Amino acid sequence: MQRIIAVAVLAVAVAFATIAPAGAQEITGAGSTFVYPILSKWSADYSEMSSKRVNYQSIGSGGGIAQVKAGTVDFGASDMPLPPDDLAALGLAQFPLVIGGILPVVNLPGIEAGRLKLTGPVLAGIYLGQIKSWNDPAITALNPGLALPASRIIVVHRSDGSGTTFNWVDYLSKISPEWKAKVGANTSVAWPTGVGGKGNEGVAAYVERLKGAIGYVEYAYVLQNKMAYALVQNAAGAYVTPGAASFQAAAASADWRGAKDFSLVMTNAPGAGAYPVTATTFILLHKVPRDAARGHEAIGFFTWALEHGQAAATALDYVPMPAPVVAMIEQYWHATLHD
Amino acid sequence: MSAESLGLAASRPMIASRRAGPSGERVFAVLVTAAAWVVLIALGAVAAAMFWGGLPAFRAFGWRFLYGTEWNAVTRQFAALVPIYGTLVTALIAMLIAVPVSFGIAVFLIEVAPRWLRGPVAAAIELLAGVPSIIYGMWGLFVFVPFMSEQVEPWLIDHLGPLPVFGVLFQGAPLGIGMLTSGIILGIMVLPFISSVMRDVFALVPVELKESAYAMGCTRWEVAWRIMLPYTRSAVAGGIFLGLGRALGETMAVTFVLGNAHDLSFSLMDPGNSIAAVIANEFTEADSALYRASLIALGLLLFVVTFLVLAGARLLLVRLARQRGE
Repeated sequence: MQRIIAVAVLAVAVAFATIAPAGAQEITGAGSTFVYPILSKWSADYSEMSSKRVNYQSIGSGGGIAQVKAGTVDFGASDMPLPPDDLAALGLAQFPLVIGGILPVVNLPGIEAGRLKLTGPVLAGIYLGQIKSWNDPAITALNPGLALPASRIIVVHRSDGSGTTFNWVDYLSKISPEWKAKVGANTSVAWPTGVGGKGNEGVAAYVERLKGAIGYVEYAYVLQNKMAYALVQNAAGAYVTPGAASFQAAAASADWRGAKDFSLVMTNAPGAGAYPVTATTFILLHKVPRDAARGHEAIGFFTWALEHGQAAATALDYVPMPAPVVAMIEQYWHATLHD
Repeated sequence: MSAESLGLAASRPMIASRRAGPSGERVFAVLVTAAAWVVLIALGAVAAAMFWGGLPAFRAFGWRFLYGTEWNAVTRQFAALVPIYGTLVTALIAMLIAVPVSFGIAVFLIEVAPRWLRGPVAAAIELLAGVPSIIYGMWGLFVFVPFMSEQVEPWLIDHLGPLPVFGVLFQGAPLGIGMLTSGIILGIMVLPFISSVMRDVFALVPVELKESAYAMGCTRWEVAWRIMLPYTRSAVAGGIFLGLGRALGETMAVTFVLGNAHDLSFSLMDPGNSIAAVIANEFTEADSALYRASLIALGLLLFVVTFLVLAGARLLLVRLARQRGE
């Protein structure tokens, strides 16, 4: 009996020791799953250089916002920017960290990646359930050379709340007044039609399994899985190839200066070479950190990541922030963060 | 003959013969009582915590939370009918498959199989119980869904779809993802639980009873259906409840193949949603207090639904026993 008690006490002690708060050496963050791969890479590189570790939990953007509000982590990461009023009320600062793109992917046998052309209104029509068949005149008119089947369009969306969904439906809301009125934009919405897959991998698996399916996933995911993506017409009327150049063009043409606290969703950016469904991950920090030393360390890490982390980001198919935007972010830190 | 006496009657003399001291006896009684209370207290605390957490949703939507079909995070309107319906339908399909097959397996192992085959088949079935649910989900999505959408569902739609009344269950597009596929996968998942209980209790049926029946000219089917099943009825029902409880609450496998769509549809081919799948999918990103409360309220409803289904099944059992004059 005593032995059992001793073992139980030991087990509880071990459990508490592992969840005890980390020392000042470790910067903690939580949030967006989209930035998890690059944050872990940066964290590994940074700890080799400075012996300081960044512990990042990819629990989702909503969870990241909640954790940073509660003060359990040093920073939160969200794919959806918070409005300046909310930031002011919570005493938080916000800045963009990396850029990515969201691509429509299709399962149409015989149609390769980058061949199918779609416009925002057509995508909205498909996701509203109004365009039901692949040989609908609205689609064939955009693709004169392609033999599109008469099969049913199976709409695939995310079943979990997600920043990817937010940016996708934000784009549809900007393009289609009907979408804006009927569905709107959020991390999860009441989908008028279709089936839901969990995570990028869930959507990708459904699209790969179901003939005639269309879904939307992150750019890096499309590249790594060699999925058949479709081109989307941008605000200037061009069908630009998704990739680092067109995402950076979108970031450069977005009006960061006019957006307080960088609260700006980059979708449907006006530049001629801009990819239309471009997304940004934002970092949230307390303006006055609870622990000044850890606040400094977090800023040190992000300074290093924005200035020296570009190569690692590009290698993982993320797009780093353009230099002028990095300069704006550093000015913003000086203006808003205090000890 | 009461099935409660099964097993217990045999072990009681052994307990009586091994006398511990009076203080040891008391400690033992306290420990086992505490073990039972821990379950009850934990269950009560979970229900209370979920009620407390879900209260804002019940306050905001009232009874509509139970019968409405909307689930919209943008307008913050939530109601639970679609997931409740999906949970019940998939569990029902699962039981329709798992119960007869389990009965067949158990009878085969006890009455029909040659002795050398019993061990391997029983071990294989118990191994099925150890397969993690995510494996069932992935197998379902990558192997079973294409089979359903290319082979089974087109046939069902062509042949059963045009039938009056009944046909409404089999209309729509053969996606392969939906309530029928989920129900079948759930059926395979709960099968080992039900069949191993059935096999264990069938093995306890006294040989004299079976031999007498055979001597009177009964077939194997009659022995299984008229002798073994009535003798072990309440233990078999317990095994079925175990499987049913698991089917109602299964999350991971269902999430993969159910389609996670908040649409109410009578067709078994259409994607739907279940309570556990909604919670697993949406809890991490539930960004408003009301959204989170609605998900917790869903959890409480799963609790209530499971309780009602199991209580209803027990009631049915009691009534059956009374009809037979026991």
